[in-house]
Amino acid sequence: MSGANRIKGKGRLTPAKTLRFKFDNRILTAVEGDTLASALLANGIHLTGRSFKYHRPRGMLSAGPEEPNALMDVGRDAVRRTPNIRATVQEVYDGMQTRSQNRWPSLAFDVGGLNNLASPFFAAGFYYKTFMWPKAAWKKIYEPVIRAAAGLGVAPSEPDPDHYSNHFAHCDVLVIGGGATGLSAALAAAHAGAQVILCDEQPETGGAFHHETDATVDGQPGWDWAQAVTAELRAMDNVRVLTRTTAFGYQAQNHVGLVERVTEHLANPDPSLPRERLWQVRARQVVIATGAIERHMVFANNDRPGIMLASAARTYLNHFGVAVGAKVGVYTACDSAWNAAFDLKQAGVSVPAIVDVRPDPDPALVARAKELGIEVFAGQSVLDTSGKLRVKSMKVGKASGGSTRDIAVDALIMSAGWTPSVHMYSQSRGKVVWDEESKRFLPGRNVQDCVSVGACNGVDDLAEAIAGAMKAGHEAALSAGVEAGKPPAAPDAETQTSWAGSMMGSAGGAGPDTTVKAFVDFQNDVTAKDIRLAVREGMHSIEHVKRFTTNGMATDQGKTSNIHGLAIAAEMLDKPLPQVGLTTFRSPYTPVTFGAIVNHSRGALFDPTRLTPMHGWEETQGAVFEDVGQWKRAWYYPRAGEDMHQAVNRECRTVREVAGMFDASTLGKIEVVGPDAAEFLNLMYTNGWDKLEPGRCKYGIMLREDGFIYDDGVVGRLAEDRFHVTTTTGGAPRVMHHMEDYLQTEFPHLKVWLTSTTEQWAVIAVQGPKAREIIAPLVEDIDLSNEAMPHMSVREGKISGVPTRLFRMSFTGEAGFEVNVPADYGKAVWKALWERAEPLGACAYGTETMHVLRAEKGYIIVGQDTDGTVTPDDAGLNWAVAKKKADFVGIRGMKRPDLVASGRKQLVGLVTKDPNTVLEEGAQIVADPNQTVPMTMIGHVTSSYWSENCGRSIAMGVVIDGRSIKGKTLYVPMPDKTIEVEVTDTVFIDKEGVRLNG
Amino acid sequence: MLLIHCPYCQEERPELEFRNTGEAHIERPKDIAGISDEEFEKFFFIRANPKGVTYERWRHIHGCARFFNAVRDTVSDRFVTTYKAGEPRAEVERGDDGVLTVKGAAQ
Repeated sequence: MSGANRIKGKGRLTPAKTLRFKFDNRILTAVEGDTLASALLANGIHLTGRSFKYHRPRGMLSAGPEEPNALMDVGRDAVRRTPNIRATVQEVYDGMQTRSQNRWPSLAFDVGGLNNLASPFFAAGFYYKTFMWPKAAWKKIYEPVIRAAAGLGVAPSEPDPDHYSNHFAHCDVLVIGGGATGLSAALAAAHAGAQVILCDEQPETGGAFHHETDATVDGQPGWDWAQAVTAELRAMDNVRVLTRTTAFGYQAQNHVGLVERVTEHLANPDPSLPRERLWQVRARQVVIATGAIERHMVFANNDRPGIMLASAARTYLNHFGVAVGAKVGVYTACDSAWNAAFDLKQAGVSVPAIVDVRPDPDPALVARAKELGIEVFAGQSVLDTSGKLRVKSMKVGKASGGSTRDIAVDALIMSAGWTPSVHMYSQSRGKVVWDEESKRFLPGRNVQDCVSVGACNGVDDLAEAIAGAMKAGHEAALSAGVEAGKPPAAPDAETQTSWAGSMMGSAGGAGPDTTVKAFVDFQNDVTAKDIRLAVREGMHSIEHVKRFTTNGMATDQGKTSNIHGLAIAAEMLDKPLPQVGLTTFRSPYTPVTFGAIVNHSRGALFDPTRLTPMHGWEETQGAVFEDVGQWKRAWYYPRAGEDMHQAVNRECRTVREVAGMFDASTLGKIEVVGPDAAEFLNLMYTNGWDKLEPGRCKYGIMLREDGFIYDDGVVGRLAEDRFHVTTTTGGAPRVMHHMEDYLQTEFPHLKVWLTSTTEQWAVIAVQGPKAREIIAPLVEDIDLSNEAMPHMSVREGKISGVPTRLFRMSFTGEAGFEVNVPADYGKAVWKALWERAEPLGACAYGTETMHVLRAEKGYIIVGQDTDGTVTPDDAGLNWAVAKKKADFVGIRGMKRPDLVASGRKQLVGLVTKDPNTVLEEGAQIVADPNQTVPMTMIGHVTSSYWSENCGRSIAMGVVIDGRSIKGKTLYVPMPDKTIEVEVTDTVFIDKEGVRLNG
Repeated sequence: MLLIHCPYCQEERPELEFRNTGEAHIERPKDIAGISDEEFEKFFFIRANPKGVTYERWRHIHGCARFFNAVRDTVSDRFVTTYKAGEPRAEVERGDDGVLTVKGAAQ
């Protein structure tokens, strides 16, 4: 047994292959190949959820991706669970667990249904108007309550355990849609020899042949022909057929995003398979064969479970072998619903009435209905329906009035005609054009290398569609540069189903003067009345109507509702429909999971992690690391029992008393080489470089053209034509980019070559009174004496037997060296130096100690003590700006009126009156703590630390005209207290700099 | 994702390999230190931001690392042409179909 409503002998599934799945608390049976929707219908279940706003009972509207109602929570276990899955596309697998959403406490009895009774208060724009005040209540009261009451499913709380894959694919012709036209286009392109990708969102190709069983192609039933063509395509080397694959985004230059659901239909998927596969296809030509989507009729209470699209009912019958009801009413403005009625009747289902709004439907259809014993109500309307959790009856009569008849039904199928699926075309940036004759929007001029064929291009006749698609597929191959030969002959094709007839907007009985609930957009609970209200309230553009009512803004993107909404607005505005305009279709066509988009970019693969050559050693020493950009840097090295504070205090003391070793490998490094290297640096830095002798170093400041500090660093001159430039750790890539930009575009006459060498050199800073003693025994070929190698010099030689660029420089204020060795030797040299350093009582120190030590000396960190609006003068670095140079980047910018005016914030030292109070970085500074709030802020703290060496806290900050108010007391107001500070010099230790030269 | 033709590599490569670096054909004044505030404002701050034809600089940063110039239609996002830094501004015209092409280029 796979459901009481399964009709023996109908459909294409194999009845013997049964599966079990859970729906809320019930265990149900399905047949292999069922969608969740068809399986529920087979079990007589229409009620699948509650609507978004009014919590009205809802059931399946469709049998495809356009489904607005039947959204479910689907999963195989607690972590593999996805909310808001459309039951009409999710295939059932054995053991699948599904739950209805947006109902409490149960689907049949839902407290939120009270919203339906209160619906006069919930008209369009209600939220905008009602929850305006008090302002604070929105965030705390209204929004949480509204969010809890309205809503879709609940997001999973656990990380997704599955993996997803990403493929970049290139092809000559991408065909979107595997119906009759898509298959025909693919076949023609493939036979021409083109590389073809064909995708279709359903498990099987065939498109409309899922329901249209009265079509024949090439002498076979349409479905059989489609499967044969698919098999032929699959067998060809130059064709890739992707089913369960949705084209969701059409981007620039024929870049189309597809998502393939690989395991979502399997009970026991191979764990090595990705759950979904993202295909990023770059196609020379795209054939859009996306078909058409049927619209519902807009009439009073058209949303009860059991009321659905006629083509959906026909699909459930002809493909899944399921009758959607025992007594099915039909309400239509389109011929194709009649064929659905005939199929149902012939399958033994009672069809009491066909109601067609058209006064004179095709006599052949009427005759056939009579022959089958179906009563026909031409020129009449379904004026209302009844039934709480399932439709019970329909009220039939003339919209103009007169007698009515209630007809008992347990399902009501409807069709207002077909809307061409122009989503992909529209996403390709094509502009749709209104076709007055057939009353629909069709693709206009192609903006990209694409073509629309078949129903999405307004071709209704099957034979014409197939022939047109074959021609288009052949031409696409030609346009893609394939030597195509002659196009294949199109097969004969014919069908009994006519797609003629359509209506847009509200049907009889739901016209302008009524207040009935005639739903336009099921997913967002928008009625015809809401759209009229929006127009009355002044929304005259369809974009405004859409946003005011939320029509078409749900996850179904208005696939069934947009045209109806537009027609109602046009009628209210008394304008022709195309003048009101159509909103733009946006990617994604149907919802795409975060998993597919994020793909491998999660966890460790989200961003590269950069490690220095010494990282492993640092780990063994128990270093705690901090993230600096992508780098992991040793932050501090706690010993047993030490917290961060104690460790940093010890490291700071040890460096000044003995020595310390610091991994400075992350420092940015650029090799600047060439006969014009010095001239180039003259232009890049504020300083002058001509007089720097080989073997000496200089601290350089780099500005942007606007005159603000961009980066800084020590530059060593190795030879007349060779400089070793260092940059800040975070600034390395942008400094390189900045230099290359000027070299390539403004100063291309300079003979200079730039090479990023950041990762080529490992850098070991050895700092402190015993620095020389530590390195000396390992160094060859270099005289380390103060006289031979003074502060700010660089030598090349060997250390531990490997080549080194040895810098005598200091970021601590101590005498020190920075040992540069090729990165591969970094760890070995570090270890050799450590074997010297440790017995002498030196320590390894991390970035925190480095920060404290440099602050004790007033050395700035670009990006911490500067923020992109600080000039060299602001930072007290005027001494580093050459006065005689004719040009450098920033020379003009730094002379702008606002940059030379008084009242700029200047970098100063700050000492708290209480030496034990450590200021908070970023805290604001005021002159008068007793002024009223908001206070006038005159600066802020940029760096602040406990200095163990000073025995007190120290800080730097920027303060308006700070250098002229040294000695003055200022105030730092904090939430709990106000801190008194004195403005000082920025150097806290060794003001004379004697230690540097030790 | 756009495909961009690098005039140095002579290849179309995905946008991911490139970085946009602002408006093209703005030359840094030779005597920059001596220009007026107004001239500096024009050079450094004022940009065209047109609807339609835009001239911009790109860098093939994850490829050959060269800077080059491009003409792009900001309405359709379509690249009309790219050319090496230092080459003269490419003149373009809009056809009846609204599509920009390089002036005089053979179709």
